[in-house]
Amino acid sequence: MKTDIVLAGVGGQGILSIATILGSAALKENLYVKQAEVHGMSQRGGDVQSNLRLSSDPIASDLIPQGGADLIVSLEPMEALRYLPWLKTGGTVVTNTAPFVNIPDYPAHEALMAELDALPRVVAFDMDAAAKEVATVRSSNMVLLGACAPFTGIETEKIEDAIRAIFGRKGQAMVDANLAAFRFGLDKAKNL
Amino acid sequence: MNTTRKILLGDEALALGAINAGLSGVYAYPGTPSTEITEFIQGDKTARERKLHSHWSSNEKTAMEEALGMSFCGKRAMVCMKHVGMNVCADPFVNSAFTGANGGLIVVAADDPSMHSSQNEQDSRFYADFAFVPALEPSDQQEAYDMAAYGFELSERVRMPLMMRLVTRLSHSRAVVEVADEAMPEKALRYPDDTDQWVLMPGNSKRRYPVVLRLWEELEAESEVSPFNRYIDGPDHSLGIIVSGIAYNYLMENYPDGCPYPVVKISQYPLPRKMLRRLYDECDHLLIIEEGQPFIEQKLRGLLCDDCNISGRFDGKLPRTGELTPDSVRRALGLPEIEAPEASRQVVRRPPALCQGCGHRDVFHALNDVLAGYGSAKVFGDIGCYTLGWLSPFNAIDTVVDMGASITMAKGAADAGQHPAVAVIGDSTFTHSGMTGLLDAINENSHITVIISDNLTTGMTGGQDSQGTGKLEDICLGLGADPAHVRTIDSLPKNHQAMMDMFREEIEYPGLSVIVSRRECIQTARRHAKKA
Repeated sequence: MKTDIVLAGVGGQGILSIATILGSAALKENLYVKQAEVHGMSQRGGDVQSNLRLSSDPIASDLIPQGGADLIVSLEPMEALRYLPWLKTGGTVVTNTAPFVNIPDYPAHEALMAELDALPRVVAFDMDAAAKEVATVRSSNMVLLGACAPFTGIETEKIEDAIRAIFGRKGQAMVDANLAAFRFGLDKAKNL
Repeated sequence: MNTTRKILLGDEALALGAINAGLSGVYAYPGTPSTEITEFIQGDKTARERKLHSHWSSNEKTAMEEALGMSFCGKRAMVCMKHVGMNVCADPFVNSAFTGANGGLIVVAADDPSMHSSQNEQDSRFYADFAFVPALEPSDQQEAYDMAAYGFELSERVRMPLMMRLVTRLSHSRAVVEVADEAMPEKALRYPDDTDQWVLMPGNSKRRYPVVLRLWEELEAESEVSPFNRYIDGPDHSLGIIVSGIAYNYLMENYPDGCPYPVVKISQYPLPRKMLRRLYDECDHLLIIEEGQPFIEQKLRGLLCDDCNISGRFDGKLPRTGELTPDSVRRALGLPEIEAPEASRQVVRRPPALCQGCGHRDVFHALNDVLAGYGSAKVFGDIGCYTLGWLSPFNAIDTVVDMGASITMAKGAADAGQHPAVAVIGDSTFTHSGMTGLLDAINENSHITVIISDNLTTGMTGGQDSQGTGKLEDICLGLGADPAHVRTIDSLPKNHQAMMDMFREEIEYPGLSVIVSRRECIQTARRHAKKA
């Protein structure tokens, strides 16, 4: 088993929680994990990414080679496209389609959607709207985690266990909201 | 001994390794990518129970000296900083080779090749080499953990401080690390055997210098047999590869079934000369892959060896600047490119920006509006979130160089006849390196306006305690600033006119003034609100 994932988004959106949950689920499975992330200056509303590598064999590099990622998982549509050169032939893009516009020259939404739709394997929908509907505005990242779960090579139940473990401290309501968001994303990905 | 597997950042692995190795104190100033080492120790259960020292220091120089004092007393101490912090603590660091260490002393320098969050990509190995201080360079998170105990032991055995060189992709990358469940006890108080060595008067230093040089030779012999330096033979001797630190991982990423060429893996310095000589003699050509600047390559090439059989960053096999990637290493190895989609043409840059609700924004808005009334105002900036004031829409800063340089450069500019000369500096940067420069300006009553944009924290690195909180005005007054020209205002949109008025009045005042413009960082304010 070996899954290489590029996680993408805008600073503050919460991609690192996705990495933490997948990482702890993988640790429980006795898998090897490497996860490179960005701190410091890049966090202030700039683009952020994290390379997450899960494998049953030892992992050499902390960074995924170009053309090596099985998955691009993004909380923002333009940020998903930023990492296309890292996508493996036959790899999948799972992305939120709600744009995060904090720059004056942000591209036209229709053009971004057209480029995403043209990709061979893509799961894309408005995860902000979904999160608002089934849980809370802040849980778009859990919808995304659900939507990418079938492609990670980790059993869904193990990811749910990790969600329970990580959000358990913050109370049952928090766990339930995050699980609802996760399951919504999961169903959506299965039915697309 | 029982162990547990944990997912840890390289920084955290080193921190936990140090705690488990009987650390008594960590000394540091926050700086990306080193900050999480100290933060981990501040939050660790064992460290709290043992009351290990982990309070932030004012700057890297005070941190280094405090750690040296702890080492003098026989206890294990660690100093942590980003690479440019080495410049700040260069004086005590270089001299610490002459005092030597008593308790194990590890100086962690976290380099930032590719400058993700730094003003340059200087390679700290040059400092270690120049100071005759041995260095360790972990290649993965497990080594970062293991090298803490190894490093303390080595430091105590040879009675020398030791540098631990990290890089961004190790500091800020997580992996599964096997860690001991119990920490070794701390060392007892024990004074140095040779007390003269700690008094660096010329006579003592003259006696010590040849000893340091002899130790350097002993350390080279240590490097030949270090468990972290390895000669790994391969069948194809047309090429020999030298890798240091995390470069080893990029090499192995490209040879999942094993590297066909002999490899020397370097993680301990000074360089093991015999091991490298053997590789050079046994192979037709050498390729040197190292993260950061070409330190090893420069050593092996020298100044006169242009036509030797050595490739690396100097001959263009690898990019001359920036961090390594599995891709750049792949190209250097001459392996075929991996097929990959083309880059999207629609994607545009998304630069970082000051947060909405950040007081620095109010400072720049007011300052810009005031300075628009002058023909040639110059604003000297500093290191912190407010460096982003250089970007649009503010375009409010003319220079940014190093911690504290805003005040001193404004003073130099005023000495040259510049007016208005305005310095903008954050509270933490002010107590790090601004206070001494302010004393210069006060002593000459320089015609400059110093704005301390006080957000009550060290914001850029994630909100660590700032050493001047609650004391800034008193510090300025204590240094001798005129009380009539040390003024305070809240950085708020509703104060825009008042801020402008105050800025203008002090710019017009023909002498030194300090304005403390204050508003809590929006990020830490949110955190405090959540806790309450």
